[in-house]
This record gives sequence, structure tokens and C-alpha cells, in this order.
Amino acid sequence: MRSDRGQSAPLGLKIAAACGLLFLHLPILLIFVYAFTTEEKSFVWPPPGLTTQWFAVTWNRPDVWEALSLSVRVAAISTAIALVLGTLCAAAVSRTKFFGRETISLLVILPIALPGIITGIALRSAFALADIPFSFWTIVLGHATFCVVVVYNNAVARFRRTSGSMIEASMDLGADGFQTFRHIVLPNIATALLAGGMLAFALSFDEVIVTTFTAGQQQTVPIWMLEELIRPRQRPVTNVVAMVVVLVTLLPILFAYYLTRDGDQIAGSGK
Amino acid sequence: MTSAVSFKQVSRHFGSVRAVDAVDLDIAPGEFFAMLGPSGSGKTTCLRLIAGFEQPTAGSISIFGERAEGVPPYRRNVNTVFQDYALFPHLNVLDNVAYGLMVKGVGKAERHKAAEEALSLVRLPGYGARRPGQLSGGQRQRVALARALVNQPKVLLLDEPLGALDLKLRENMQEELKSLQKALGITFVFVTHDQGEALSMADRVAVFNDGRIMQIGTPEDIYQRPKTRFVADFVGSSNVLPPDFVQRYSGQHRWGSLRPESIRVGRATSGEGVAARLVSTNYLGATTRLALDADGLKLHAVVPAGTALPVEGEAVVLTFNREHLHLMDEPA
Repeated sequence: MRSDRGQSAPLGLKIAAACGLLFLHLPILLIFVYAFTTEEKSFVWPPPGLTTQWFAVTWNRPDVWEALSLSVRVAAISTAIALVLGTLCAAAVSRTKFFGRETISLLVILPIALPGIITGIALRSAFALADIPFSFWTIVLGHATFCVVVVYNNAVARFRRTSGSMIEASMDLGADGFQTFRHIVLPNIATALLAGGMLAFALSFDEVIVTTFTAGQQQTVPIWMLEELIRPRQRPVTNVVAMVVVLVTLLPILFAYYLTRDGDQIAGSGK
Repeated sequence: MTSAVSFKQVSRHFGSVRAVDAVDLDIAPGEFFAMLGPSGSGKTTCLRLIAGFEQPTAGSISIFGERAEGVPPYRRNVNTVFQDYALFPHLNVLDNVAYGLMVKGVGKAERHKAAEEALSLVRLPGYGARRPGQLSGGQRQRVALARALVNQPKVLLLDEPLGALDLKLRENMQEELKSLQKALGITFVFVTHDQGEALSMADRVAVFNDGRIMQIGTPEDIYQRPKTRFVADFVGSSNVLPPDFVQRYSGQHRWGSLRPESIRVGRATSGEGVAARLVSTNYLGATTRLALDADGLKLHAVVPAGTALPVEGEAVVLTFNREHLHLMDEPA
């Protein structure tokens, strides 16, 4: 919504808006500041001194690297699974009419509407029932449940905007199903998939609840952080990692926003 | 001689809807064939059956003697110009036109050369670098045409090809399509709901209604000698005359049709004829269309502009030549 361009908002509104923004973002800035503090046992304001030594300390901690590597691998594979399944599902739902189509559409979106804790408990009991030991793959499965939704939502919106006769035109001109997908469908949904994929990656990267239920002894970055906060040792290391996580997740989301701002809403980004 | 397209008792049912119902059809090679009918009459489904986007529920289709059932669209030597043109927005005009050759594995230089030639054919040379979004409706239509023709199809299908164009452009394209078809000798099958378009362009017209063909014939046949009330009414809005009325003039108890331009309107004093009352007049430029009421029977007459006209509500007498009264096959 945009009111008349020439008219400036009243001062009171401006102040209120500024306060709102500060309330949202000041705590995040605080985390950045604490990454440079010299006090390692508790967070004291103002910081007694500033140092960059925690970056070196973080760099040399193997547990940080393990958590980061696990998180990146989980996010990458969940996103890959989501891209394949989400696109196929979106194509089926938007291209053809079949019995139970609306139900499938609802069931696919449901995991993101369900509280993470329900998904987590459900998956955990399902894994226990089927005698599947917790592993890297159980985490990936847990994450894939909500990553699929993000990709699906983006792809379905794009499919709706692409004319169905384009696919028929391609077939008519001699392209079989695979050629049509490669030359016509993929180029038209590529940006939507990229946006959905990056959102999925970001969601997976900072997921806590489902992960606590589906991981065994392994720690993804957010889980590692929670553990770290309990131990009063080298606390600013957590803040350094937090900064990295913010950057790793913020950049793809920003990029995804720019790719799809021409009309597609990035559904499911609110999780 | 083998037909270009042949339908034998072809049906296509969607659930309980009979979109196409037991249609027999033979289109000759090199013919410009029109499928005419109101929306929902099954004409577009027939086109999609030829293209391969639909499969018949019953009956058999052959294209130049080859059985077409079960053959996917990409293995048919038939190309379509879509109603919404369906150009690929991510490709430029040249790559759009060359698409069919590209998927067949023709080399880049060769297919671009062929695409350039096809663009010249539709009088759009040098437009290759543009995007479809940068073209006007008429230009997009030509690109769609070039994209189909570059594959040298045996049959070209056109789905309401002129529907989205404005009147002037439509008239130009009609002439152009016709001369293109003559020059290339390809069988054209086109679908339209505009009877003027069908009559002016086609060698033969099939009139569709409710999934069936009501009549197939030359434009003159269809216009002058409609077989059923539907054809008489749909093609050129003929006056449909009930059997009792017709019996008085021809001696036969059958449905009849009378073209609006065959009716002469005279003053009530001018002697024998059908007594009627002028309800309203409609000025159409070259002609004037009169709505008449002959004792409850609603009739239309078209007279040349400039004819002296009675005022609305006045009593008139209608006359016509007996040979213009056409008797229809439809049982009374």
C-alpha cells in the first residue's frame, strides 16, 4: 500500500515505526556486539572491552565445524529432495484435474501449518515404530517435510501463471515430454525453484524443534548453540556462530525476495 | 485418393458430456476447411483430436492414411496455431520459430536460416531478435504461424486464429492466410465461431452443433441451401419459416428458410404479399436491417441503404421470389 507520494507521514507515525523496527532488530545487533566482547563467562552491558579473538577461537573449535558441516549437508540434501518432490507435486496439482487433488494440495501444505513439535513427535514415534535408528537421514527426512511445502508453494504459483497451451505447443512442435520439460517448463519455473530452494535451505539451516526429535547424538548449528548457552565457557563463540548463521540465512532470503518480487508471494516464509 | 484427415464415427466423451458424437469427416489434401459452430459445439475438440491432444473415446481417425489413435502429438506431422498463440516467453522470436527444428536435432545455422525464411513468409523479416512480449497481437499471430509452418506440416490446424485481432487486421489476415494456403498447398483446418470468416475463407465448411456435424458443404451450399433450422439460423441469420407458412407458398409441408436480403418490403397498398408490421430498423452502413412481425412470425429483412423506408409501426407488405424460398430436409 502506498499513499500519495508527495505527502509525508505524520511525525508520530514515523516515531512509532522507528520504535517498532528498533524493537525487532536491536536484539540482533546486540548479539553482534557480544561477539566482540572481552568478557567470556556472562553477557555484561556495556562490554568491558572489544576484541576479535573469538573469531580465531571459533575457527579452531572442531565442534563448531562439525555442527556447521552437518547443518549445511542436511540443508542441502533436504532442499534437493524438496526441489524434486515439490516441483513434481506442483506440476501434478496445477496441470491436471484428478480425484482428491484438493486433498493432496492441503496435505502437502499441512506440515508447515502444524506446530513443529507435532511434526517432531510424530516423526519420532514413527521412526521408533519402524525401528529406524536416528541418523543423518532421519534429520534430513524431518527437514524435508517442511522444505517440500516451500518449494511446492513457489512452484505452484508459477505454474498457475504459465499458460498451459505452451506445453501443448511444445509437444505439437515435436518435443517429447523430456524435451518439453527441459526447454519450456524448466526455464519458466527456474526462478521460482531457485527462490523456493533458497528459502527451504534457510528454513532447514535454523530449524530446532523437529531436529531435536529426529536427531540422535548429532548436533546441527542451532542445537549446538542451545547446548553452548548452558555452559559458561567461551560464550562469545556462540555469538560469532550466530553472526555467521544470520548472514548465511539472510542472504538467500533477500535474494529469493528479489527473484520473486514481481508478483509471486513467497508463501510459507513466515515459519 | 487418400483423405488428408478422415474421421470415422469418432466420439469424444467427457464423462456424460458428448463433446464429439459419432462424427464422420473427410478433408481432402490441399483443402481449406473450416469448422464452424457456437462455443461448446465440439469443433475445438475435433481440432484437438487431429492434433493429438485428445484421444477418441470411439471411432478411428487417420491422417493421410495413417492411423492416428494412440500417436502422441509430437509424432504427428500436424502443427497447430493456438488461439492464445502460446509463444514461448523466454525465447526470442527466431528461437521460437526454430523450436520445432531444434527438438528434431537440426543444427543451429540451418534451423536459424529456415526460421528466417519462415519469418519472411509471414512478412516479419528481421524480427528474430525480439521477445514475444515486444510484439503486437497481429505480429504474435504471424510468429505463431511461422513457428508452425517451419516444420512443413502436412496439415496446419488453426484454432480461432483471428479471434483476438481487431476488425481491420482480421480482414488483412484473412486474405493473407488464404493466399498463403494457396501458395503452400498445405491442408488448412481452422476453427471459428464467425460464420463470415468461415464463408469467406474456406473451400468447405462443416457446421457443428452439440458435438455433431449438422452440414458439410461449400460456403454457397451452407448459405443458400441449409439443411436444418440450426444451420439456417446460425449461418447468416436466415429467416426460418414454419411448415404451415411454407405450405402456402410452395405446396409442401416442410421447414423453409429465406435470406433476409431476399425479402422486399413494400407499402401496404401495393397489392398481394405477406402482410406485416415494421417493428424496428437498424442502420448498418451499407444496408439497413428491418425487424418485421407477420402475424406473430418474426422476420428480418435486409435492404440496401438509401431505400425509402416506412416508419416504425407502419403496416407493410412483404414479397419474395418463390425460388429464393429454400426447403430444408429437416422433418416438419
